[in-house]
Amino acid sequence: MPSLQLKNVSVVYNEESSFSKTALDNVDIDFPEGKIIGIIGRTGSGKSTLASLLNGLMKPSSGQILLDGKDIWEEPKNIKSVRFKVGLSFQYPEYQLFGETVREDIAFGPKNMGLSIDEVNSRVENAAKFCGIEPSVMNKSPFELSGGQKRRVAIAGIVAMEPSVLVLDEPASGLDPVGREEILGGIVKNSAEKGNTTIIISHSMEDIAKYSDYILVLNEGKVFSFGTVEETFSKAERLFSAGLDLPQITKLFIELEKRGICKENSVYTIEYAYRKLLKILEK
Amino acid sequence: MLKDITLGQYYSADSPIHKADPRIKLLSLIVFLVTVLISKSPVSYLISFLSVVLLVAVSRIPFKLILKNLKSLIFIILITTAITLFISKGDTLLFKWKFIEIYKEGILNSVYLIIRFVCMLCGSFVLISYTTLPLDLTEGIEKLLKPLTLFNIHVHDFAMMMSIALRFIPTFIEETNKIISAQKARGADFDSGGLIKRVKAFVPILIPLFVSAFRRAGDLADAMECRCYNRGVGHTRMKQLHLKWTDFVVLFCFVLVLVLVLIFNRPEFFFI
Repeated sequence: MPSLQLKNVSVVYNEESSFSKTALDNVDIDFPEGKIIGIIGRTGSGKSTLASLLNGLMKPSSGQILLDGKDIWEEPKNIKSVRFKVGLSFQYPEYQLFGETVREDIAFGPKNMGLSIDEVNSRVENAAKFCGIEPSVMNKSPFELSGGQKRRVAIAGIVAMEPSVLVLDEPASGLDPVGREEILGGIVKNSAEKGNTTIIISHSMEDIAKYSDYILVLNEGKVFSFGTVEETFSKAERLFSAGLDLPQITKLFIELEKRGICKENSVYTIEYAYRKLLKILEK
Repeated sequence: MLKDITLGQYYSADSPIHKADPRIKLLSLIVFLVTVLISKSPVSYLISFLSVVLLVAVSRIPFKLILKNLKSLIFIILITTAITLFISKGDTLLFKWKFIEIYKEGILNSVYLIIRFVCMLCGSFVLISYTTLPLDLTEGIEKLLKPLTLFNIHVHDFAMMMSIALRFIPTFIEETNKIISAQKARGADFDSGGLIKRVKAFVPILIPLFVSAFRRAGDLADAMECRCYNRGVGHTRMKQLHLKWTDFVVLFCFVLVLVLVLIFNRPEFFFI
């Protein structure tokens, strides 16, 4: 199983000039192996900076990023192999499509890894299946597809490299609820089957609460809290102080608790809330 | 990779050049470029060079900033100079080694070429890039080209295209950086391999960039339509451009340099 750790990592932009800005301040995290970790925080809290650190697109100003116990910057020449192990999909990945066909675009990553043609083809097919891309679409131009389909093709391009850690920056933003469900559900299934560590960055508390095992809350470049979903939402009031919103359903249950109707306030998924409410109504 | 490209780098300062009317600055630039190009004698080159130094000093732009910008172009300057040095033929042969022949005229020509480059670049930096805001510049161009409306040319369209292009340069630089990172995350390699491999490596950057340029253009056109853009018919400005006497002083200085150069171009000043 892949292990990914950050040790006292700080990132300072424009270090020498007077406009220097600390994007990440002494971040120390050990990502649980094989789990889905949601990262949440306000705009400018350092989420995207963290993402580009994980696969070596950016070098930290200080501190270490350990992949399987080894500092990824130990040999800067081998940074490309780190990028194959830690797959990173950026925000709006569909704007990076360029292939003549969907198949060709998904194959770009695996081809860069120098795999054999058979291996590339089988990975492309697998990735397409995971991301819910129908075979009929594979030979079309990616520019003919709808927004949701393009997003899926772009994410499949990362999944096809079969990285052991998958980092997704806002994979579902700008999609309708059905599209969100399909993409996030697919990623969760993929991670469960392969035992991958998956890191999802999102603005949406609802999505994070629903799909992740652990939640990392960033606030102004610092780790605000890191723990399981239950732990994170049991400290609901604290999250407000980090300028974060709570899932609507959690807010409802906090109000219900205040009115003495229900005793539990760390409710964060619709299914659980539904069962809880039924029980209360039965009484 | 694109960090070093500095564009639209307005340098805010309080100087006569900053305050001058953009139309005057454009005209002055034309006069100055002509001056540099018609310089022939050593004295006229010296005058051109000194006037550029004076211009930078008056504009209160740090010399360091100008040098930094020139440094990014040093490669082009050096190559052109080297070519001039080696291919110029003349009367006085100074150095000969196998097929390489260097003449006195070659050395002179290359020195002149460097002066020309530096003068023209610094002149445009100081008169336009550093001291004129993009919007003032487009307005200046629109006003200067106004007479062309007589020939049924829609000058406003031209000015609008200019300002849109200027406005989108930073956006596209940012976009390019994003695409480069994204393709790097997929293992793209831009720094190794032969020439053809390297050129090919740019395809995954250029295609998404073009697609996004067309998408943005379409979006912008829609947004302009929605706000009833009518190609500037009946369009008035909040800040009108007015020529002041100081503007004419600026233009006069440049014309003076031109006249000086013309005088010193006469044969008796070719003493080298």
